[in-house]
This record gives sequence, C-alpha cells and structure tokens, in this order.
Amino acid sequence: MDISFKNVSYTYQLNTPFEHKAIEDMSFNIPSGSFVAIVGHTGSGKSTLIQHLNGLLQPTAGEVAIGSYRLTAEKKLKDLKELRSKVGIVFQYPEHQLFEETVAKDIAFGPLNFGVEQQEIEKRTAEALKAVQLPEGMLERSPFELSGGQMRRVAIAGVLAVQPEVLILDEPTAGLDPRGQKDMMEMFKRLHKQEGLTTILVTHSMEDALVYADHVMIMDHGRKYMEGSPQEVFVKKEELKRVDLDVPEIIQFIFKVREMFPTDLNYHGQTIPELAEELGRITRGDIHE
Amino acid sequence: MGYNFIEFKNVSFRYGENMPWVLENVSFQIKSDEWIAIIGHNGSGKSTIAKLMNGLLSPQKGTILIDGMEVNEDTIWEIRKKIGMVFQNPDNQFVGTTVQDDVAFGMENRGVPRQEMLKRLEDSLSAVGMQDYELREPHRLSGGQKQRVAIAGVLAISPQAIILDEATAMLDPNGRKEIMDTIRSVKKKHPLSLITITHDLNEVTLVDRVIVMNKGKVWLEASPRQVFSRKKELLEIGLDIPFIAKLAGHLSQQGMPLKNEPLSHEELLEELWTYHSKM
Amino acid sequence: MNNAFIIGQYVPGESIVHRLDPRTKMVVIFLFVIIVFFANSFWSYALLAVFSLACALFTRIKFSYIIKGLTPVWFLIIFTFLLHLIVTKEGDILFRIFTYPVYAGGVMQGAAISLRFFLLIMVTSLLTLTTTPIEITDAIESLLQPLKKIRFPVHELALMMSISLRFIPTLLQETEKISKAQASRGVDFKTGRVKERIQAVVPLLVPLFVSAFKRAEELAMAMEARGYQGGEGRTKLRELKIQQRDILVFGVFALLIVGLLFTRA
Repeated sequence: MDISFKNVSYTYQLNTPFEHKAIEDMSFNIPSGSFVAIVGHTGSGKSTLIQHLNGLLQPTAGEVAIGSYRLTAEKKLKDLKELRSKVGIVFQYPEHQLFEETVAKDIAFGPLNFGVEQQEIEKRTAEALKAVQLPEGMLERSPFELSGGQMRRVAIAGVLAVQPEVLILDEPTAGLDPRGQKDMMEMFKRLHKQEGLTTILVTHSMEDALVYADHVMIMDHGRKYMEGSPQEVFVKKEELKRVDLDVPEIIQFIFKVREMFPTDLNYHGQTIPELAEELGRITRGDIHE
Repeated sequence: MGYNFIEFKNVSFRYGENMPWVLENVSFQIKSDEWIAIIGHNGSGKSTIAKLMNGLLSPQKGTILIDGMEVNEDTIWEIRKKIGMVFQNPDNQFVGTTVQDDVAFGMENRGVPRQEMLKRLEDSLSAVGMQDYELREPHRLSGGQKQRVAIAGVLAISPQAIILDEATAMLDPNGRKEIMDTIRSVKKKHPLSLITITHDLNEVTLVDRVIVMNKGKVWLEASPRQVFSRKKELLEIGLDIPFIAKLAGHLSQQGMPLKNEPLSHEELLEELWTYHSKM
Repeated sequence: MNNAFIIGQYVPGESIVHRLDPRTKMVVIFLFVIIVFFANSFWSYALLAVFSLACALFTRIKFSYIIKGLTPVWFLIIFTFLLHLIVTKEGDILFRIFTYPVYAGGVMQGAAISLRFFLLIMVTSLLTLTTTPIEITDAIESLLQPLKKIRFPVHELALMMSISLRFIPTLLQETEKISKAQASRGVDFKTGRVKERIQAVVPLLVPLFVSAFKRAEELAMAMEARGYQGGEGRTKLRELKIQQRDILVFGVFALLIVGLLFTRA
C-alpha cells in the first residue's frame, strides 16, 4: 500500500492551555514495498507520526492516505478496524503487550479480533512462529516463562499473524544484546523481502538505517528535516550535526581518511572488507581509487 | 596504585536447588581505583555478579570480600554504604516524588543529619549537572536525566565503588552520551572503583580492564585492546566488536602490519599514516 | 484536561495559603468541617461564608477556577436544595409551582443546607488546590505520629502513599501505551456491548499487572541497594515547621469559633 502525508499536523490537547504541537506540516510519500527508516531524537515526533498510520491518531490538519484509506481532521474513518488489520505496529518493548496463557493464544489474539476463521488462525499461528524463528514446541507454553528475547519474538509473531501489508517497527531492538539486535534486524530484512511488506523502521541507530533502509527520513522538532537514500542523507555531515545527529561510523571514518590522505574516497555503500581493500590501495600509494 | 577492593573467590551461584548454575567458580579482583567493564551475552551472568557484590543475592559456594569484609547477613548494610548501584530501568529505581527527594532517599536511610544532607544534595546534583531540576517530578524528566539523578543519589552517600548495571541500555544515544560524560567526570574527581556492566562497545573502550563472561564463567580478563584483538572468538560467544576493530582486522588480513590493536579512529589513522609513509 | 479533574488538582503558587504548613491546613479544615454543622442563624452562616471566601481569596487562585472545579458537585448542591424545598412543610406558603405548595421554611432550610454543603466542599478543595500530594502525605505522617505508640505503621503508610503518588503518572503512561498496542491488534475499547467491553479490558489489565509487579520487584531491590531498612534511624529531608503565619491562622480560626458561638441562635 502506498502511503502519503499531505501537510499533516498533530496537536495534543488542542484548544486547551496544555496544547502541544507534536508534528507540523509534514508531507511525504512512501511507495508500496519500500523499507523506510525514520530517524530523529526522542521528542522529534516519530511516535506521533507512526500512530497516524493505523488511525490511533487522527491528524488535526492535513490528510493521511494509506492505500485507499483516508484520515483527515474532519472525518472519522469508518473502516478503522480494516485499516488496522493491514497496518501492523510493533511497538517499543512489544513483549509488554503479552497477556494470554499460552503463546499460541497470544499469537492468535490479533487474527481472532479481525475475524479470521479458526482453521486459518491455526495455520497462521504456526507460520508466524516459524517466521520469528521460534521452535514449534513453544506454542503451548506460557509467554511469561520465556526469556526476554523470546517474549519479544512471540509479540512480533502476534503482529505478523494478522498478515499486515505494512509493518511498522518502533525501536525493535531496544534492550537486546548485540547478537540479539543483529538477528532481529536480519529477521525483519528477510520478512520484508519474503512477504513483500512495506516496512517502516523508527530508530536511533544510524548504523541500522544505513544498512537496512532504502530510504531515510530525518525528523526534527515535529518537522521533516531531510529525506533521501541513505547514501545521500548520511554524507551530509553539517546538516546532521545541526540537529545533533551523528553520521554513521563508517562514513565518519571515510571523512577522516579524506582529510589525511590525498584521495577521493567516497561512501558508496561499501562493506567493511571492501573499505579495507580501498584503504590498502590508498595507503600503498595507488592514489586513484 | 589501589588495593584490592572487591574480591571474588571461587564463587558459584544459582537461583534454586534444581536450577542450572548461573555463575560457576568465578574468581577475580577489582582494585579500589580501577574502572572495569563486565561484558557478555544476555544470560552470561554479568548482572548476577553485580547483585552479589552488594548482597542483594548471596552465593551458594565461595566467598566475596568487599574492602576486606566478607559479604554476609551481618555486613550487608555496612557494604551497601561502600557500594552504590545504578540499575537498568530509570523508572523503577526512582523512589522520590521529586529529584531532590530521590537523591535524599539513600541519605535518609543512613540517618544523615538534615544540614549535612542539604549540602551533599547540592554537591551531588551539580556533579551530574542536574542542580536546576531539584523540584522536577520524574515523569517530566528524560531517561538520561533520571539516570543522572540515580547517579547523584549514589554519589550523595560517597561510596567507594559504583556499579552501573546496564545503566545505559534503555537510553537513546543522547542519554547514553549524557551518562558517559557524567561518569567520566565523576571518575576524574573521585578515586573510586567503577564497574560498568554493558553491551555498548564504546563504553568498553574507555575502561582499564575488561572481564568477559561466557556461560557463567570468566572467559577472559584483559585490557580493551587485548580483548578486541580476539575478534573471531568474541563473535563466537555472541559478542560484537567495534567498527574500528573490525576494520583493523580486515586490514591486517590483507597483510597491512598493525603494531597495536587500534581503539579509536585516530589510532587507526595513525597506523595507516605510518604505513603510508614507509611505502 | 477534563474539568472534572480540577477537584483536587494542585495549582502551583506562592500565596500565604500555599506556604502554610500542610498540618495547619489539614487541622483547620478538619475543624471547619465540624463547626459548619453548628451554624444555625443567618449571621453565623454569613460569618462562615466570609471566612471561606477570604480563604479562597488568599490562595490567589482565580475564583472562577475554584468554582469551575466544583462543577461535578453543583448537581448535588442543587439536588439538596430542591429536596428540602419539597420535603419541608414549615412556615407560610410562599408560592405554588403548579399546585404544589412551596413553604418558606423549605426555602430557608434548603438554602442553609446547600450553603453548608457548598462551603464544606469549597474549603476542602482549597486544601488540595494549594498543597502538593506529597505535602499532604508528610502532614498525615506527622499528625499520625502518636499512633506509633500502639504500633500503627505510620512511616510505612506514608512511604506507601508517596510511592503510589510517584508511580501514578508512570502507570497512566503505561496504560495508554498498552491500550494503543492492543487497539492495533484489533481490540475495540470504545464500542460494542457491555460484555464485549468488559472482555476488552482483560488484554489491558493483565499486562498492566505483570508490569506493575515487575516494577515493584525492581523498586524493592533498588530501595534495598540504597540502604532502606524501614523507618528506624531514618532522617528526613522534608521538614515541617510551624511558622508565625501558622500561629496567626490558628488565632484567626479561634476568633471564628468565638464569633460563631455569639452569632448562633
């Protein structure tokens, strides 16, 4: 589903003394099937933004379009539930939403609410569990006796079982150890490709945005600050610095190399081994890179 | 040079009779002025070590000495005066309804007279840069600010050691920076031993010595430089290595001689420059 | 913010009422609640009304704001008035609504009782408008001190109250977060039959309990690590001190009582 924002603003507690503008005049397009990273500091409006995508919030001005669904300030969306079945959100620390007695029941909760048939639910539950790489034997266990990482996977399976077309991930790796973080991101990358999802990743990690996204949007104080491909956005050191964001480490290092050596070395999406090769050539004196 | 402030002697711990051992035969020493990082995958036993140090848990086998005192029922309150602890979740350790109440909590427990309390309150809040927030309520603070308040609360009891048990894990990059800056300035001013339990590799590069835990055992005790030179093995036990160490690894694979395992961009650039000049 | 929540919501300020010792405020209000029932003449009511209005003025909170805060109880006040109007059959018949007679005694009594009610609620709301919950907790702890002799856990009670106060906003945020997560999984909290709506609360309550227990456990551990061993030998940062202004207030209140005795019928 294509997603587009047209001059969208959202103000909390509108028309009260506690009024607070969270996002302001945002316009952008996300074509179906893209992997978009939304980057910005805490309080830049990222969470408010994603809550518009499944109608948890209704814009106070402007129009949000998700596929054929329209959200505006004036009109309440009638088929809200239908929209929610197509846009899945994995919230921060999703394991906090688990509540059922068994893993199977918790995963089935979403599909059940959206009126999926019992037989189909069973099929989906098994599939979702497999997609998050948990063993089948886990289905009848209580989610509360699993490890933190496993609980998170169960919660994610619960969102996947609804079979959304758009998957929104709010800091999905927070609190995991380095290997857990990498495994989790690789899992989303695979799902994105396999299921042909539109994936929106909200993150603080420039490194993840660089590696996994094909489009990056930077937010600052409720506004869109920049957008483009990771290669375009992340080389703009000065602009990023102005909103107190860092350039990914590999690019930082390339900049430093350029200051020291007479070279036109550039970031073009190379991996660390590739960069090592290039550096070898530069330091040995094969200046033409 | 400091003396041995914390000593673990063949410590083993498990949560129950029929449960697997979380720690097995762990021994190490930490000096009174040392900065130590304890790293390891989730479930490697690193947080258990922290809780053993101030008697929140007690081991089934072995002994733990703090400042020469064995940790047991009779000494825990004395030991908790010597060791301050900052936990992972900023919300679940904030006891007071305002910043000043929270910082005072530890002092109140120890019966510090009110006049003295006011002075220490001011000192410790300015040490973490929170002196203008005395009356703020916790829900109006960022995660990083709450953790700074927690550090202030610990400083106020002037401990000889501070343990940070994944204190930055739930923070955003700005929050992490705040905490690391705070810690560094505290370390500069006070000669105390500092134990950081962390996943963040940038925190690890700053310390004097690293204890690497794997499956409940001490896997390696070495300087950050030595630790990051064992790249393959670290990856095998579920840990990551910093970008610079990865890059250095690939460079040496290509036959570039690196004298030292570089820890920072500048160190690696210098190596590159030396190599370049010799060509 | 909903207007209904103004009752009891603290309004920060520097007025003399704000700065009074919370114990003074609590004792005075407690006594006021009692003496209101002694008023029985026009002048005694007038005296109480003047006192209450003066208190309200001294808070320097907009009077309209205080009155607005009473919105939810206006209904009760008016209801009380009407009830007396209908039930009391004393004195002359003043007029008739359709055929139903309204007696002078009814109007008098209705007015008196509603005024009593109004004064009670307004003065009590002044306490919470000018005193932070934690100050109230401190005052309760201090006022209940004598009960310690009969082993009443005064310190523990106060600590429990202050920790609850501390965690209310945190739990509210958490509730919102979880309800949004479950709404995204298709739970409908707002429509449907009563039974369905009650069922919809389960996916909200279970995670909340789980997290509250986890928080409690971690908090207990953090408190222990910070040397908490109960109330024995503890010192306190928060300090309550009776100032001159508190003595002044007690003086004025004593005069009010004397005045009330004189104006009573």
